[in-house]
Amino acid sequence: MMTEEFSATHAMGEQVEGVALVASDGFSARYDLDRIRGVFSRPQHKLAGQSYVDRILVLDTAKGGVASAWMLHEMKSRGVVPLALVFNSVNPIIAQGAAFGDLTMLAGFERDITVALRTGDRLRLLPGQRLLRRVLVASTTG
Amino acid sequence: MRLSDEERSMLAGEMGAARRQALQHQMRVGDFFGAEDLVPVTQAHVMADSESLGEAGIAWLEQLARLPIDDRTVRIPTITDPRGIDFSQAATLRQAAWMLNLEQRLADAFRELGVMLTDTCINYQTVQPATRGEHVAFGDTGVVIYSNSVCGARSNFEGGPSAIAAGLTGRTPRYGFHLDAARGANVHVRVDWTPATLDEWGALGAVIGRLAGNYWAVPVIEGIECAPGSDALKHFGAAMASFGSIALFHIVGLTPEAPKLADVLAAGAREVAVGRRDVEALRASYRVDDRVDVVVFSGPQLSLLELRALAGLCDGRRFVVPLLAVTSPQVKPDADRMGFTRRIEEAGGTVLSGMCFYQSHAREIAEANGWKRLATNSAKMVNILGGYGYLPMLASMEACVDAACSGYLK
Repeated sequence: MMTEEFSATHAMGEQVEGVALVASDGFSARYDLDRIRGVFSRPQHKLAGQSYVDRILVLDTAKGGVASAWMLHEMKSRGVVPLALVFNSVNPIIAQGAAFGDLTMLAGFERDITVALRTGDRLRLLPGQRLLRRVLVASTTG
Repeated sequence: MRLSDEERSMLAGEMGAARRQALQHQMRVGDFFGAEDLVPVTQAHVMADSESLGEAGIAWLEQLARLPIDDRTVRIPTITDPRGIDFSQAATLRQAAWMLNLEQRLADAFRELGVMLTDTCINYQTVQPATRGEHVAFGDTGVVIYSNSVCGARSNFEGGPSAIAAGLTGRTPRYGFHLDAARGANVHVRVDWTPATLDEWGALGAVIGRLAGNYWAVPVIEGIECAPGSDALKHFGAAMASFGSIALFHIVGLTPEAPKLADVLAAGAREVAVGRRDVEALRASYRVDDRVDVVVFSGPQLSLLELRALAGLCDGRRFVVPLLAVTSPQVKPDADRMGFTRRIEEAGGTVLSGMCFYQSHAREIAEANGWKRLATNSAKMVNILGGYGYLPMLASMEACVDAACSGYLK
């Protein structure tokens, strides 16, 4: 399959490459995560029980409170942090948190990015070009 | 971004390392959102509990606090959101010594920066509300949505590092709700029922927040058949912000920018209808048990009027499970002076000050106290606490007090 590219309207951070963890759900570091164990902990979240560590998180939108701005920085200091963040839309908190925590983030796509991508896809994020590149599609057999 | 001479001076480090670092952070965020320049702000409000900052955040703050005084001192009134500890009640909650140590270091660092430790998420009720058109840099989402919507002020959600940056530079990137273009309503909500109690106002806010769905959605609500008080709008806004990341709502004929629907309704706005059934469904979705381990009134902190109401419900009662009521350091002395604290405590409750329950190392204190099933009248709290391992349940203040007496939520 050819490499597929998705243009983002918002971008920050350095180029990274890694494996996607995708859900059509929101994201809040305080509401959704067990930040000690590095897993989604809110039972209603579509990724409940799954580890986010070193994954490129692909979610619909940032939700909830202002704590994420501190928490991404704290999570990074312990190495229990996503590799990068990709959203259909973002709120200021997650942008401020990514800036403070020095994380790569892309947001704003023509398509619903949580539908276009699948968990297990290998992605390359190029913030300088505001581009997300899918370099390998996840196996359908898992 | 377009910078003034003073801003260029800050960026060059001529006004110290802290202001340079703050402006660099603001430019990264401003560039991300396409801000053209920075807007002067009159106040900053910093969300900063020790659980969120952790060792890394506190060490970062301490590094700022060691800079020369002229470099590190905030330029505008900068106040704090609730933090994690009420030192006088830490033993009651079984908070550990390491938590107290983090919190003390955090408070010490803030004092070195000239930050006022107001420790409140209801500063619009207790410190100084922002006024219509006033540009501010506020932290707690409940503070932002109330200030934008009820006061007509202008703020984005400012996380702790960004609010500190605003305190140091006296400005913030001009994007989002600082701009007229973002303040029009793009979701038109028709309600056919007006809530009566604070938990109902919170639940209605939660339903609208979920439907609206993201930070850039601005609901305008039509059909409210009363003038809700400040506490009702506090719960309404806090829940909407929590469930939907919403920062601004309008209520036709009530909030300052919406005397008439046409004043705020944007072309192509989405139409939704919300009724009592939606609110009941939301509340029912959290009713997973009838037993209760702890009752908590917090998130947002209680006003003096809420504490008065709570004290009235506590008279002549005896609690069999802990009941915690959390307020601000500005309200607590009045509650003490007027006897509300004593009446709550005589029933077996505890009144805490300057903290917020969900910011108090909630997971650890749940484990230390054996708390899981929690009753509250705060819709915001039920949204948050699931992630901390609780089974939160939403009920009226009266039902919560009854649950504290019997151990069962009816």
